[in-house]
Amino acid sequence: MATTIDTPRSAPVVRSRRGKNLEKWGWIFMRASGLVLVVLLFGHLFVNLYAGEGVSALDFGFVAGKWANPFWQWYDLLLLWLSLIHGANGMRTLINDYSTGRYMNRILKLSLGGATVALLLLGTLVIFTFDPCPAASDPELLPSFCAAVS
Amino acid sequence: MSTVTIEAAQTRIPERTTEPTSVEDAPPGSFVVTLIIRRYIPEIDDEPRWQDFDVRVLPTDRVLDALHKIKWEQDGSLTFRRSCAHGICGSDAMRINGRNRLACKTLIKDLDPSQPIYVEAIKGLPLEKDLVVDMEPFYESYKQIQPFLIANSTPPAGRERVQNPVARERFDDTTKCILCAACTSSCPVFWTDGQYFGPAAIVNAHRFIFDDRDEGAQVRLDILNDKEGVWRCRTTFNCSEACPRGIEITKAIKEVKQAILTGKP
Repeated sequence: MATTIDTPRSAPVVRSRRGKNLEKWGWIFMRASGLVLVVLLFGHLFVNLYAGEGVSALDFGFVAGKWANPFWQWYDLLLLWLSLIHGANGMRTLINDYSTGRYMNRILKLSLGGATVALLLLGTLVIFTFDPCPAASDPELLPSFCAAVS
Repeated sequence: MSTVTIEAAQTRIPERTTEPTSVEDAPPGSFVVTLIIRRYIPEIDDEPRWQDFDVRVLPTDRVLDALHKIKWEQDGSLTFRRSCAHGICGSDAMRINGRNRLACKTLIKDLDPSQPIYVEAIKGLPLEKDLVVDMEPFYESYKQIQPFLIANSTPPAGRERVQNPVARERFDDTTKCILCAACTSSCPVFWTDGQYFGPAAIVNAHRFIFDDRDEGAQVRLDILNDKEGVWRCRTTFNCSEACPRGIEITKAIKEVKQAILTGKP
């Protein structure tokens, strides 16, 4: 048969009862952030890919123009945080499911957490400090419209 | 077990057994169906193996009847559980053509008898022999949710605890559970590490949580709010599809989640 699922031969480890846990809040977060993300994502796709000139308008200048407006800065910040944490929490569930080794589980979750925090900080920094034409940089490396700006 | 006995046992089990019944005494309407069974005899096998059996059956026979014919007429070493054989005791849950079902409630004609029928033990519980698994981890989860009436008050003298039909209806669906483990052993979350309480335990907790005569709802909700409790449910609906009693298990789990969220049943 095509489907093969390993059948454990030995009895499973006795379930450890731990007092408090945040699984309930994790579950609530996934539902709530999921709902908000549906709205944010479709808004994001519509504005970037469809509205106005559509996808051909996408370049450094377009992004810079968007982030000149605090509304889009906060919109994208919310999108970034919710989607990253939503995704990371989903990955955490997978790690808990499939990595039963004590150390491997710990290592995977620490790397996941580290990557998530790093991406959150980096993303937040970029959203609020984005400059497509940084002063005193090699004009060869800059997008073409920077010449017109300066 | 000595080596001699193992060898003797090995010779008793041919890899493919020919059909013993002659066509002359076959009942009208009967036909031969192939069952491919996942065998595992710990004294002989290192790994489970698939073995074919040809059995003459009627379309209205059940998979359990076919298994009986194999055990009684072809290979007595075939091991499986069955007690009542009528869908009430919940002993003979097995994976038939990739789906968890009760062998005693699955008719051959419902399975496309032109194709071989695959039969194996339910998954996620330790395999002991052929179609028999160790049910202890399953029962352990069941025990942990305290599946009995918890009531501190005494019923009116000389009377039982009265309950109106509406209150009874609230948990009617989950009273139908026969603890066959078809749901729990179809749950992909349970397969991963066997730590999750599993649908059956939650169904039986639901049966008492929503019983207005019971006073232990909060205790059970706290137990199921565990790391391995209801939040591990991913609503894949495997359990609802597997349940031979037609219990809406995923809905019951959702109701328990809701009760934990609101803090009351």
